[in-house]
Amino acid sequence: MNASPPAWPDQLFDTLKRANIRQVGYVPDAGHSRLIARCKADPDIRDVALTTEEEGIALAAGAWLGGERAALLMQSSGVGNCVNMLSLMRACSFPLVTFITMRGEWEEFNPWQVPMGSIVEPVMKLCDAEVYRAMKPEEVPQLAERAVQKAFGEERVAAVLLSQQLIGKKVWVK
Amino acid sequence: MTGTLERRAAMAKLMEGRDDDLLVVPGLGSTTYDLAAAGDNDRNFYLWGAMGGAAMIGLGLALAQPQKRVAVITGDGEMLMGMGALATIGVQRPTNMAVIVFDNGMYGETGGQASHTAGGVDMVSVARSCGFGTCLEVADEAALADLASRLKTLDGLLFARVSIKPDEPPRVLPEKEGAVLKRRFRAALGLTP
Repeated sequence: MNASPPAWPDQLFDTLKRANIRQVGYVPDAGHSRLIARCKADPDIRDVALTTEEEGIALAAGAWLGGERAALLMQSSGVGNCVNMLSLMRACSFPLVTFITMRGEWEEFNPWQVPMGSIVEPVMKLCDAEVYRAMKPEEVPQLAERAVQKAFGEERVAAVLLSQQLIGKKVWVK
Repeated sequence: MTGTLERRAAMAKLMEGRDDDLLVVPGLGSTTYDLAAAGDNDRNFYLWGAMGGAAMIGLGLALAQPQKRVAVITGDGEMLMGMGALATIGVQRPTNMAVIVFDNGMYGETGGQASHTAGGVDMVSVARSCGFGTCLEVADEAALADLASRLKTLDGLLFARVSIKPDEPPRVLPEKEGAVLKRRFRAALGLTP
């Protein structure tokens, strides 16, 4: 592939920096690989690899108790792993911004991604998160900024869904 | 294997002479009641839910407050639910954090059903293989006193399994409004509520 890399991962990184996010939890994910690499390379961001996404919810609660802001990077399948832990955020009004790369919705090769991918938006809303969906790359910076303001201004969970259409399909045969 | 130490007395010993630089996150259920019984403190963040999350809350806090000491004191059932957190914490290796498991081998809150530690799972070995530098078996008063003294200085990642008798003392219920607990904790650290 000769096309230049997309700008949105770097724009998300800039948003995290402007928001003074100091802890970034993530389960490794192809869609977030560029953003994860940027976070790992930044001395002012503690990158925390997780064994499951719900750890990142609890991490963010602890960070806020200690005066730091945290973000969680995950794939749509990870949302299902977070449901009970999100009750911690609602019960205590903890802020969290999360960027979710979507699977199972656009030129998806793997049908096993569909069951969770198709219910991310209602599940996050039922968990009291404010949900924004970016369909095109140029929408990402503004929605990310809005999510940061919502999360830390109102002490809420705010999620930006990065559509599979925006990310591009996973290449299965290399 | 039957536990050896009384849970309330063990918690009281760990909190004895506590200073303002010690921040404590108990797990939901008995360890929250034990901590409340040892004396309420704004630097306690009691959990009433979020089972499996205590250790990771402790990690976020320990990373955000490297000049303070963070003790997660939770039960075996709560720790088993979030056992992956031991791997995550072992990789991050904060030097100002202790994870202490009050292990009575059962789920006291729900009727005393056996936990996996009663079935042979050894949490000390798990913590050691996850990279915790100091891993302690605490089964008598001398070992408990040693753990209490280590909590006063913490200079490396520590795990301890405290062998707890399988009795359930009367509950001592602390504040349960989450936003109140959060605000008072942050205020105690000098953060805006």
